[in-house]
Amino acid sequence: MYKNIKAPISDVEIKSLNIGDYVYITGKIYTARDAAHERMFESMNSGNNPPFELDHNIIYYMGPSPARKGNAIGSAGPTTSSRMDKYTPLLLDHGLKGMIGKGKRSEAVIASIIKNKAIYFAAVGGAGALLSKAIKKATIIAYDDLGTEAIRELEVKNFPAIVVVDCAGHNLYEEVVKDYRKE
Amino acid sequence: MKNVSCYDITQNVKEMCIKSNHYLSRDMEHALNKAICVEKSELGRQILKSLHENLDIARNDMIPICQDTGMAVIFVELGQEVHITDGNIEDALNEGVRKGYEEGFLRKSVVEDPIYRKSTNDNTPAIIHYSIVPGDQLKLTLAPKGFGSENMSRIFMLKPSDGIEGVKRSIIETVDAAGPNACPPLVIGVGIGGDFEKCALMAKHALTREAGIYSEITHVKDLEIEMLKKINQLGIGPGGLGGTVTALAINIETYPTHIAGLPVAINICCHVNRHISRYL
Repeated sequence: MYKNIKAPISDVEIKSLNIGDYVYITGKIYTARDAAHERMFESMNSGNNPPFELDHNIIYYMGPSPARKGNAIGSAGPTTSSRMDKYTPLLLDHGLKGMIGKGKRSEAVIASIIKNKAIYFAAVGGAGALLSKAIKKATIIAYDDLGTEAIRELEVKNFPAIVVVDCAGHNLYEEVVKDYRKE
Repeated sequence: MKNVSCYDITQNVKEMCIKSNHYLSRDMEHALNKAICVEKSELGRQILKSLHENLDIARNDMIPICQDTGMAVIFVELGQEVHITDGNIEDALNEGVRKGYEEGFLRKSVVEDPIYRKSTNDNTPAIIHYSIVPGDQLKLTLAPKGFGSENMSRIFMLKPSDGIEGVKRSIIETVDAAGPNACPPLVIGVGIGGDFEKCALMAKHALTREAGIYSEITHVKDLEIEMLKKINQLGIGPGGLGGTVTALAINIETYPTHIAGLPVAINICCHVNRHISRYL
C-alpha cells in the first residue's frame, strides 16, 4: 500500500506519515550531495540566500551517471545521507522539509527533524537504474561546475521511497533491526 | 616471450569498465536470487526483488546498475614472459578507464587532490595493483569500487593475544557499524596477517573471489562459514531495514605476519560487487 505524496511536500502530508510507510513521490525534488551542501552551507553562513527555494522542498542525496540520448537521467540511486548531516540542521531551519537518501542520521539531524517537523525518506540503495525510471526530467539549476554533484531540479512521477524518520523522530532503522537481531 | 600491446590493454579495459557496470557477474546474481528465497523479512524480500528488477533494467536499457560506477581498481598479474609493447602499461590502463567511463556513460567520480577536490573529469587515475607471476599471460581484473561501502571499511592492528576471537569481534563490529550505510546485502572481504597495507590489499582482493567459493585453507573456510552466519544474525537485513540476509558472502585471505602483530582489514562491499577478469 503506497501513499501518494506531492513535492513540494505539505505540513499535512508530513504529519500523516509514519515510519515504514511506502510512498510514491510526484512533483519537483532537488538533488544535492557533498560538494553542493558544502557550498550552500558556506554561502548561507555568509548571509546569502540558498541557490534555490528551500521552503517545503525535498532534497534527494544523489549524483547521477550521465544520461544516454533520449533519457532524462542516467542511473540515479541514493548516496549515504550521513555525509550531509553536518549541513542539514541549517537547511531544515531555513524551510527544507524532506530528504531522500539512505542510511542513518545523526542525533543532531533527528532533533532538527523533530524541531522543524520535517521527514526523512530512504530510497533503495543500489537500485539506480530502477529509480531513474521515476525521473522524467532533470535540469541543472546551480553549481554546474560540479558535474554530477551539481544541484538539479528533478521532475519525478511515482518515485518510490519509504519513511525512515518521521516528524516525531521515530527511526525505522532502529525499530526493525530489533525483530531480527540475535545476540 | 609473448608480446601484449598497449592497444589491446586499453581496448579490453574499456570493455570491462562498461560490461562490469551493466551486467553483474553470474555468481553475484545467483547469490542475490538465493537471498530472495531465504530472507525472512517481507520488506527485505521486497527490497531484494527491487534489486533484481534493477539488474534487468540495467542490462536491458544499458543504464548502470548503480550510479556510483566507482573508482577503477585494477589487479594486474603480469606473466614473467610477457613483453608489453606500444607504450607504457600504466598509461594504457588509464586510457582504457578514460574511454570506458566516457563511452559507457559512466559517472566521473574521481577528484585529483583529496584536499582541494577538483574533478579529474575522466574517472582516472585508476588504482592499480601489480604482481609478477610465472608464465606468459597478462591477467587483468577490474573491480570498480563504490565508496558508500568503501567508507565503512576498517583496519585493526590487533595484538597476537587478541587471537581469533579478536578477529571475529573486529569483523562483527565493522559490519554492525556499517549497518544500512553500505547498502546491504553486503559482500565482505577480509585480510588477516601481513602488515598494514598487505592486509588491506588482501581484503580488497578477496572481494574479487566468486561468491560461494570458500578459502582452500580449512580453518579459514570454517571462519568464513561461521562469520557469515554471525553477520546474518545481526538483523541488519536488505537496505538495513531489518532481515536475515545482511551479507551474501564473506571471503577471507591470510598471509604470514610478524610475531608481534595480528593485522586485520575488513573491506566492505555492497551487493553491486563488480568484478571482471580477462587474459591477454
